[in-house]
Amino acid sequence: MIDRVRTPRSIGIAGIALGIFAFWVTVPPFTTRFFGIPVVFGLAALGLGAAALMQDERRLGTFAVAFGFIGMLAGLWAQGVSEATLKDVLTAGLLGATLRFATPLAFAAMGGIFSERSGVVNIGLEGMMLTGAFFAVWGSIWSGSWVVGLLMGMIFGAILALIHAFFSIHLRADQIVSGFAVNFLALGVTGYLFSDLYPEGIQTNEVSRVPTLALNFLDDIPGIGNFLHDVFGGLSLLVWLMFVAVALTYVVLFQTPIGLRIRSVGEHPRAADTVGISVYAMRYLAVTTSGVLAALGGAFLSIGFVGTFSENMTSGRGFIALAAVIFGKWRPGLAFLATLLFGFGFALAIPLQREAGISENLVSTFPYILTLVAVAGLIGRSIPPAADGRPYVKQ
Amino acid sequence: MSQTTPSEPAPEAGLPRFSGILYERIGGALVPLAATILAFLIGGLVVLITGHNPITAYRAIFNGTGFNWFFPWVTGDERRIAGKDLQETLRVTTPLILTALAVAFAFRAGLFNIGGQGQYWVGFMAALFVGTHLAGLPRPLHVILGLGAGILGGMVWGGIAGFLRATSGAHEVITTIMLNWIAIFGGQYLYELGGPLQGSNASLPRSDVIDASAKLWVWWGTFPGLHVGIFIAIAALVVYTLILNRTTLGFSLRAVGFNPDAAHYAGIPVRRSYFLALAIAGGFAGIAGAIDVLGFKYSVDTSDFGSGIAFTGIAVALLGRNKPVGIFFAALLFAGLQVGTSSRNLDPAIFPPELATDLSTMIQALVIFFVAADVLIIYLWRLRRYLRPRQQMKEEPASP
Repeated sequence: MIDRVRTPRSIGIAGIALGIFAFWVTVPPFTTRFFGIPVVFGLAALGLGAAALMQDERRLGTFAVAFGFIGMLAGLWAQGVSEATLKDVLTAGLLGATLRFATPLAFAAMGGIFSERSGVVNIGLEGMMLTGAFFAVWGSIWSGSWVVGLLMGMIFGAILALIHAFFSIHLRADQIVSGFAVNFLALGVTGYLFSDLYPEGIQTNEVSRVPTLALNFLDDIPGIGNFLHDVFGGLSLLVWLMFVAVALTYVVLFQTPIGLRIRSVGEHPRAADTVGISVYAMRYLAVTTSGVLAALGGAFLSIGFVGTFSENMTSGRGFIALAAVIFGKWRPGLAFLATLLFGFGFALAIPLQREAGISENLVSTFPYILTLVAVAGLIGRSIPPAADGRPYVKQ
Repeated sequence: MSQTTPSEPAPEAGLPRFSGILYERIGGALVPLAATILAFLIGGLVVLITGHNPITAYRAIFNGTGFNWFFPWVTGDERRIAGKDLQETLRVTTPLILTALAVAFAFRAGLFNIGGQGQYWVGFMAALFVGTHLAGLPRPLHVILGLGAGILGGMVWGGIAGFLRATSGAHEVITTIMLNWIAIFGGQYLYELGGPLQGSNASLPRSDVIDASAKLWVWWGTFPGLHVGIFIAIAALVVYTLILNRTTLGFSLRAVGFNPDAAHYAGIPVRRSYFLALAIAGGFAGIAGAIDVLGFKYSVDTSDFGSGIAFTGIAVALLGRNKPVGIFFAALLFAGLQVGTSSRNLDPAIFPPELATDLSTMIQALVIFFVAADVLIIYLWRLRRYLRPRQQMKEEPASP
């Protein structure tokens, strides 16, 4: 029993927990004001992390060291801030906002996983999101119904993805260059059509928006009902759809024959071809799916959240989604956690700027720095599917 | 990720009808030219479908580029305006050449440097820092220090990606994308309200203006006129060619680009080559930023960080096929497109400039697509042959 508890893994996990604890005790409801407490917890986390590292548990060990360090610093910082400010920053609404920020990222990240698992690098996610955002608004205004808007966004996202697929699968163009061109094309086409069709811009009341689900019954749950209602009570339908998309991505890719085929095509296309799987068909399917999913993420931005469109409104979210794919090691669950982490960063940046004067721009760099650290192999290598980015020539 | 698999046929395999040297001479320029023409045709189609006249639109854009300055029959006021437009076009050409070199240089070592944007901004900020902080230096020294700081800044930013590639194998496409955003958000942080490098006007999110002694010399026209940056860019084209073709470093970089395994067995330090390739590539992008800030921007506003000049640089490198002459003309083309479609130079009555800007983005995208998929261009080229009458087909010598 004791031996099982003292494995390097559990030491690392305990270190991570202590690191979080070092910060947690300094915020409401505990709000410890004695500086020694976060320091002790933080140092303990550092020690456990070092112990795990020495026993060759590199990943969890590094995480524990990082959490201990960050937890200690954040705890000491929180002790210097008034309790009222802390309460304004750390609200239940913050978690709801996290979900809202994570939704477009998660949709696009799931799309990225589909595409890359089939062996097609997709840095065109950004463009596909932008296309989805524009055509969702266009369809929504044209028909007066958000359902049609969503469909239009998905259809045009799929069309753009098909272009990427055609160039990178059939014409064997460099997939990175093709994805890059996809981003340019989406920027040009959506900007052109937006200026041409709506020279006066789009008023939010012209757009039929995706409804918000008001789950008032959550309030009736005793104890945590209030908290649950604050987090989940007022989310857009698309946020719930996002949960479904993440679950479906996992199930399709890892529990169905078609998912196995998609993955085999991304790992060893020649072998897959030999056993009779159509490499091209699988890749077309996966890339098109990625376009549809990324477009849904874009549609959430336009008709799910702000209710209008502006030029280049995705502003780099496709690249963050790509970062989440890599950070999550091309796995749906981990990538979803990564989008939650990034979303939490963005959600936290706003109240931090407002209440504590910490630069939103500075906080915005964190997802990218984290990804840089992740691909550098400091917290476990991110290894892409073996045939990712390689065109396949039939023999 | 993007390296060729052993099973992939050599690129020449698609071109059975061109002999080697002829393909080098003509075929090399054929695909980019055809791609450009095709892109402009499709762009014209979009203009036509949306109810505008493509010919008048293209002519208006062309007249805004200032290229009509080269026509001897353009005189008087028209010539003066054309001169001003041409100055602007050449000013935009400068960073496009340099950021394209940042892509091309890394590409010759088998690396795809998408990080021109970040390297450009770090170089920009480094030069800006020197330009605003070292007051009282004599002019040539201050300018040279500013340019040097720009190169260094870009080299550091490119070098990080190179270092990561060399030590942990982290793919440069991913790391440079991340470094781009870190540079952009980091830059916005530095100059925002209350930011550490914000200028003396506390109500504006922008830097101070650089010292007069750090400004580049203007050699053509006034207000603002054309600075000497274009000559630096042309010199950089020469340096690029010299490094790659006349130095040991260039030889080993190209060897690594051709085949890293073979280079490794030949005793070339592959990891060091990766690091150096991306660091030097970053230097090219860094000096582009330095020239822009010392040449005409003189300061920076947080809203400036959205500009995507280095992304266009990638398109320039692709269209120019990483060749110095190709890069020069491709940069001229895209700079002309950008200046010709700017709201200052395009008459809204003929073609709305906000549409034209997006049209030029679209054309750039199409150019990249067609250059990347030269198979498509070659396919269309062959199609043209099939459309000819039968007898002519028979007259042609049978392919070997």
